[in-house]
Amino acid sequence: MAEPAIELQRCSYRYEAAIPALQEVSCGIRAGTWAAVIGQNGSGKTTLAKLCNGLLRPDEGRVRILGQDIAGQPVSRIARHVGYLFQNPDHQIFAASVWEEVSFGLRNLGFLAAEIEERVEEALALFGLEPYADHPPAMLGYGLRRQVTVASLFALRPPVLILDEPTTGLDWGATQVLLGRLAELHGAGHTVVLITHDMRLVAQRAQWVLILHQGRLLIEGPPRELFAQTELLARVSLNPPPITRLAQKLRTLGMRGDSLTVEEFYRDYAAVKGEAQS
Amino acid sequence: MRSLWEALFGVGPLEPVITIQNLHYAYPPLTAGAEAPPVLKGVSLSLSSGECLALLGPTGAGKSTLCLTLNGIIPHLTGGTFRGEVWVAGQDTKESSPGELSQRVGVVFQDPESQLFNMTVEDEVAFGPESLALPPNEIEARIDEALDMMAIADLRHRSPLALSGGQKQRVALAAMLAMRPQVLVLDEPATSLDPAGKASVLEAILRLRRETGMAILWVTQDTDQVPLVADRVLLLAEGRILLEGKPKGVFAQAEELRGRGLALPQMCELARHFNEREGTDYGWLRVEEAAHDLAEAIGG
Repeated sequence: MAEPAIELQRCSYRYEAAIPALQEVSCGIRAGTWAAVIGQNGSGKTTLAKLCNGLLRPDEGRVRILGQDIAGQPVSRIARHVGYLFQNPDHQIFAASVWEEVSFGLRNLGFLAAEIEERVEEALALFGLEPYADHPPAMLGYGLRRQVTVASLFALRPPVLILDEPTTGLDWGATQVLLGRLAELHGAGHTVVLITHDMRLVAQRAQWVLILHQGRLLIEGPPRELFAQTELLARVSLNPPPITRLAQKLRTLGMRGDSLTVEEFYRDYAAVKGEAQS
Repeated sequence: MRSLWEALFGVGPLEPVITIQNLHYAYPPLTAGAEAPPVLKGVSLSLSSGECLALLGPTGAGKSTLCLTLNGIIPHLTGGTFRGEVWVAGQDTKESSPGELSQRVGVVFQDPESQLFNMTVEDEVAFGPESLALPPNEIEARIDEALDMMAIADLRHRSPLALSGGQKQRVALAAMLAMRPQVLVLDEPATSLDPAGKASVLEAILRLRRETGMAILWVTQDTDQVPLVADRVLLLAEGRILLEGKPKGVFAQAEELRGRGLALPQMCELARHFNEREGTDYGWLRVEEAAHDLAEAIGG
């Protein structure tokens, strides 16, 4: 069994508000897993992510990244292992040009100039940013600003990538490109953690899902099992994707009722239809 | 409510409240003397009161730019090259200030933080009505109504900046609703909302349209939701309108949408999957439609 890439032990965190943002959350995400963190606005998803990259430190509890307790480690050191994509691209954009922005992390970690050049050029090409290399990123549209932050993360290629609602503001085409790149990194052994509200995306990609509710870990498991718990999901205002809801509606007709993708649904349908006709 | 609207603004249902004719626009160039590429290249559209129009388009299509032409930010505050006409509630935007237009058109942006600046949620929502110099009890009533509509009455005395992303988005929406605009422009308002938040925004859109006859221009990438709400769908790409029509008709042009980098409703994808393999002619957009047809297909 692979060691956990991320391990939280009874972590609590409180902003200034009276109610803690996270309460005694314990969870582990195994190295090489594609995980998703879902839950309502304000459930603690972003707080959890920021505990993993050291931007926030738990009031209580421990955070281990790749087996190492990160208490006391500076953020710049943790950044070698954990890459983080902010929910709002404007929270991380600051450089005068797209090229500088995308190269910042690499320069900071002391990469050699030739390596920096190569990785930045590659990242710009991957995300269609070549025409904007000299543009001030703050002047670009939202979708392009998002692409700039994604390219910055890809240039670094850390072993653990945490992306906070990365597809927000991206169109479908750009989302597919991003998911394709993430799939490549995942295939190469990187751990990918997506914070998202997109249940289609969770159903299609995630191997492990954590549901946060009011600062606590409500449940974790593979998406197929979690999406079957319709009452629990409804209680926290989550809904399986359309295809899973359709499958559930047709369970009475002999279908399995747990499809996560269109392809899966069709295979199930064809099997049931074949049986009915024979 | 609608008759009140008509009495106040003289615009009845089904009259265009927005008319755009052959609009071309380019932002000012980044460096003086250079020529900026046009963002809008001959856009024409109309929107009637009570109508909800979904605007789809890939990143960089010009969707947000189009939104900014409706409240006069373009061209009054941006400059640039502006040709063609934009009429909002009988006013030519070239002849009206953004201040005047803001009473007619409310725009809620993708990023709610860019438009929240008050100390409390209440102040944020009161800001617009106060700037209209309405009587205090009217302002109070509008705040209550807007907070209720967005289900954020409990956040009334909180600081907007201390809220979660989705809560901020609802505050921004409430602030616009308190202005009771004739046109509500939602530029991807639900992207950072959780499913419950999305549902509450959709519910608010439907209710606003029903009760106030407000015209709604809704920029979105969430094509699963479009068929549930929109009367009409527009596809904008590279500054031009490529498709326009009822949701069924537009989503039937799957290749065109995909080619432009847009998502299809998942039920539409499923219908295509079936049609290719079974020789059927399904055109589903909603789960219920697919459930009905497939129950028949399996049962029969």
